[in-house]
Amino acid sequence: MNAKLADRIATIVFYMIAVMIAILLTGLLGYLLYNGLPKLSWDFITSSPQVFKEGGGIGPQLFNSFYLLVLTMLISIPLSLGAGIYMAEYAKKNRFTNFLRTMIETLSSLPSIVVGLFGFLFFVIYMGWGFSILSGAFALTIFNLPLMVRVVEDSLRSVPQSQKEAGLALGVSRWEVVATIMLPAALPGIITGVILAAGRVFGEAAALIYTAGMSSPTLDFTNWNPFSPSSPLNPLRPAETLAVHIWKINGEGLMPDVRDVSDGAALLLVLVILVFNLGARWVGHLIYKRMTSS
Amino acid sequence: MKGERRLSDKESAKIWASNTKRWKERWGRTITFISVSLMAVIGISILLFVASKGLSTFFVNKASVVQFLTGLHWEPSKLDEFGKPFVGALPLIIGSFTVTVLAALVSAPIAIGVAIFMTEISPHIGKKFLQPMVELLVGIPSVVYGFIGLSVVVPFLRDHVSGSGFGIAAGTIVLSIMILPTITSLSVDAIRSVPLQLREASLALGGTRWQTISRVLLTTALPGLFTAIVFGMARAFGEALAVQMVIGNSTVIPQSLFEPASTLTSILTMGMGYTVMGQVENNALWTLAFVLLGMSLFFILIIRRLERRRIYR
Repeated sequence: MNAKLADRIATIVFYMIAVMIAILLTGLLGYLLYNGLPKLSWDFITSSPQVFKEGGGIGPQLFNSFYLLVLTMLISIPLSLGAGIYMAEYAKKNRFTNFLRTMIETLSSLPSIVVGLFGFLFFVIYMGWGFSILSGAFALTIFNLPLMVRVVEDSLRSVPQSQKEAGLALGVSRWEVVATIMLPAALPGIITGVILAAGRVFGEAAALIYTAGMSSPTLDFTNWNPFSPSSPLNPLRPAETLAVHIWKINGEGLMPDVRDVSDGAALLLVLVILVFNLGARWVGHLIYKRMTSS
Repeated sequence: MKGERRLSDKESAKIWASNTKRWKERWGRTITFISVSLMAVIGISILLFVASKGLSTFFVNKASVVQFLTGLHWEPSKLDEFGKPFVGALPLIIGSFTVTVLAALVSAPIAIGVAIFMTEISPHIGKKFLQPMVELLVGIPSVVYGFIGLSVVVPFLRDHVSGSGFGIAAGTIVLSIMILPTITSLSVDAIRSVPLQLREASLALGGTRWQTISRVLLTTALPGLFTAIVFGMARAFGEALAVQMVIGNSTVIPQSLFEPASTLTSILTMGMGYTVMGQVENNALWTLAFVLLGMSLFFILIIRRLERRRIYR
């Protein structure tokens, strides 16, 4: 075949693939929007689910998702900051560092169901926390840590070397250079990464089925005592999240409007994650602008 | 400067030692070291826990490894005439490998095509439209993919092809859409890292764009592209909920792509809640988890090999 003709054909084929993908993606989103949008109402978002009747909402599930997210972040942000700083600043090039890298890589590639099962074995049974928000938050931390550590390490490494050297040259200790110069400079990258990780955590379900559980007790939203069993804030109560709820009702849902509830919940889930993704970019940009005053 | 006296080395050392700086330095180093070690501890304990639980099917319940890998009968709650449980996991293993390989076969050419479009054919459209779309798709949770599969793909297959709609085909479709953005974004990285000079040299020799892409770019970026595909396969192999929702979960080897089948993850997801710790059924499920773990380690190994072969990064 003529080389020019082949080039033409190839170009056309590539365009077709790109168009196909664009159609597929807009189709996916359009489908979610078209089916889900009519279902989204304030009542649907705030009311409790019904088991046998139609018209139930997803209020507790939505609350659980956010509460779990907050707890997970409270645990995983300090840990990943520490681990990220060590990997970027203190880790020497030796066998041990290599081993740590392999470990982090392994953790990040574990299927989330395996992480969930480990959480079930360790937090739910061994630690005796039962199906609870706390078990779920720790399982999600394991799921989340490798990604966050990488984000922190990369952000720290992308800080110009001269800033660090300037600090060290002034006789400031290494730790202070990290805490007062490097971390603030790396902050936009870290915050962007943390928000992106939050989006991932928000949609995660497989690691939660056997840790946070598949049920949500009746919650009394006027009771804010974290030790009371009916309080939404109690970390030792089971908590079904939005993503788990979608999975569960499609497997064993008894309410007649399973489709409607799933449509609405799926759209809500995707919208929240979309907000996280856009927010990550926006916040990162904003902080960067403010810090570099450009 | 007159009137000022330089500190002697001894004096400054004294000040340095009395300072809290040094203590802070040590403290910071220790704290960060502890958090990184914690990750290593978590990793090792996951490996140990899952391995010890998973192997007890063989050591405690006396099932044979060969039977596990080649047996066709998965019913761990029942015992055969020798008092051994039926833990033939071959249908599940075949199911897992089939959906993974098929999903990669469907997804990889499209994903690499899109990646080439985004980097070589029209970087403008790529940056403006395709890139944000791919990023958004990466963020969509697997449950949502499963739900769309359940409400669109399964009824479509039922009405237009044959059977109940549940099966390998539905699983493959859902998984290939799920791993598409992963493979695409990694492929874009691989193709972008091919130096400009190589392209220019090829074009300067009179090569057309397609010749440059097919003979220079693709061959140079090949290890990177393979890495992208393996990443996608690892994701497909470990994916639990989306597959479980559409595959039908029958523990026999299906005769066609449109009959219900099952994967390691789908049986694991379904079964764990209904078994009691320490029982044979439960141990058998942990063995499935152990196989999953082994496979994800295997994928890492392949990725490492491929990374070493990459010439340009």
